[in-house]
Amino acid sequence: MYITADDWGAIRLTLTLASLVTVLLLAIGTPIAWWLATTRSRSKDWICAIVALPLVLPPTVIGFYLLIAMGPHGPIGRITQALGLGVLPFTFSGLVVASVFYSMPFVIQPLQNAFEAIGPRPMEVAASLRASPLDAFFTVAIPLAKPGFVTAAILGFAHTVGEFGVVLMIGGSIPGKTRVLSMQIYEHVESMDYTQAHILAAVMLAFSFIVLLLMYRNGRRDRHDDDHHHSYHNHTPRDHQNGSA
Amino acid sequence: MHRNSVSHSKNNNTIIADIKLGYSGHTGKLGFQLKVNLTLPGHGITGLFGHSGSGKTTLLRCIAGLEHTNTGYLEVNGEVWQDSERRHFIPTHQRALGYVFQEASLFPHLSVQENLHYAIKRCSTSNSDWNTTIDMLGIAELMQRMPARLSGGERQRVAIARALLTKPRLLLMDEPLSALDAARKQEILPYLERLHDELAVPILYVSHQSDEIARLADHVVLMENGHTLASGPLLTLLTRMDLPTALAEDAGAVIETTVTQHDQRYHLMQLDFSGGAIVVPHRDIAIGKKLRLRLHARDVIVELRNTDDATSFDTTHNHNSKHGVSSLQNRIAATIVSMADAAHPAHIMLQLDACGTLLLARITRRACDQLALTPGKHVWALIKSVALLA
Repeated sequence: MYITADDWGAIRLTLTLASLVTVLLLAIGTPIAWWLATTRSRSKDWICAIVALPLVLPPTVIGFYLLIAMGPHGPIGRITQALGLGVLPFTFSGLVVASVFYSMPFVIQPLQNAFEAIGPRPMEVAASLRASPLDAFFTVAIPLAKPGFVTAAILGFAHTVGEFGVVLMIGGSIPGKTRVLSMQIYEHVESMDYTQAHILAAVMLAFSFIVLLLMYRNGRRDRHDDDHHHSYHNHTPRDHQNGSA
Repeated sequence: MHRNSVSHSKNNNTIIADIKLGYSGHTGKLGFQLKVNLTLPGHGITGLFGHSGSGKTTLLRCIAGLEHTNTGYLEVNGEVWQDSERRHFIPTHQRALGYVFQEASLFPHLSVQENLHYAIKRCSTSNSDWNTTIDMLGIAELMQRMPARLSGGERQRVAIARALLTKPRLLLMDEPLSALDAARKQEILPYLERLHDELAVPILYVSHQSDEIARLADHVVLMENGHTLASGPLLTLLTRMDLPTALAEDAGAVIETTVTQHDQRYHLMQLDFSGGAIVVPHRDIAIGKKLRLRLHARDVIVELRNTDDATSFDTTHNHNSKHGVSSLQNRIAATIVSMADAAHPAHIMLQLDACGTLLLARITRRACDQLALTPGKHVWALIKSVALLA
């Protein structure tokens, strides 16, 4: 009973993909979450609904549309071709783009909740102390939303590690390129190699459990630490149990 | 409308606020409207006084630039902060103001020292300003603590210090004591008085507590339903008969006195003002110190006075021998200026002039008829009790 080189490759690929997607999502998701938390615009509901779509749609549907969009005649495909990047489906880059869409609510929602919990007051205080809005965002909003960032990063990472349907549609199962852990398990099962499937499935199970345990501990310790002002931190993600992995 | 086109005008010692703001009632409630046109002194403490919902806080937020106004013109000691006609609007973080919010607003992720550093990093505050401020608010001991480990009073003192460290040209205080219990209030009030005495910065102080306003303010703006009812010096405004303040249960005059004598034997202290002298129980306050007194209208009794007595201002000695025997100590010669209905139909409010100082007395209508009191009558104002505002 040991993990093969192929299995290690899949694990490494999965971790690379998840790390990259988490970093990208924090970068893209933070301004979107801030906008959603502070705007009074009517378009907020529309954006919220769009961001939340991956929570309820089957991954095949998202994968199908992304496949078409990223294909040679799709809007994304035309852009990538014009930039000289070729078409993205069945490449690692395509997998990254698809995962960013698919894991987006898992990052944006905790961030949005955390920003909303801060409320407008700390930003007003910062302005009264001569901090420009950007200055106040980095020195007040982000530190106060830190637990939300931890939750967002953990959920975004874990959800990317656990995805299957979108990978199947967009990435296929090219070893070393798009064959991530969940695909590797699927391949083992298909080829009746239950022992290897067991090992990898157990690794996934342990990983997911530990991640969730860490996340809930993070939430509790945080509330305990600042029990005088815990209203500043409310970062329980909405609906994350709906994710189909 | 004497508005200058440049952002600096000649009004170097006034605050001008001409602000209109309307909320459409999107919550189903009737929309709130603020419509204010004020010229305020650019020094001392101006109290914005009114019930909750009267627009005091909204006005303060407009002045801070935290609220979006429909139209507005705002000038602080010669600097134009907002002029909607010229599409001129300085954002909050570029206005030289300090803001003390109602609840403690320290950043919870920063220690006391870091909270204060947050302010001075963004304004070039000198070391001596730092030392003076820390000293004035007595917070040197708290530096390493986190806000969650401070008492409500300590938090508010740190918040005031932090606002002062931005070297504001205008200090805005939004009910800074309302979240505190009575004991904590007493702990902070002396610090606020020091601000008043030691700083040149004008302060706009929002409160719905008349005792805070009476103690701290030099100038008062009375607000109701988003409008200003009156604006004027505290001492004259409180004795105006046409304002709802005169109807309140705690209506009364505030007078400014000077400590002139200590009576060791009887543990008394004499306070002089233009209308005479008042004796109160001794307090350890140096002779020559100014002291505010509040004389509630319900604590002032009126007695007819012959004009022959009018020359005598020797009110603190021997007057019992002249006027029959009673234990009453404080008797001020005055003239009735005007009379008005009080809140209860049994009562009538008298405005009295004691050699330039205005007092209020609330007496029963029956007593008024029995004594045949009319404006111009000479009376003694017998003062049952006074509240020292210190």
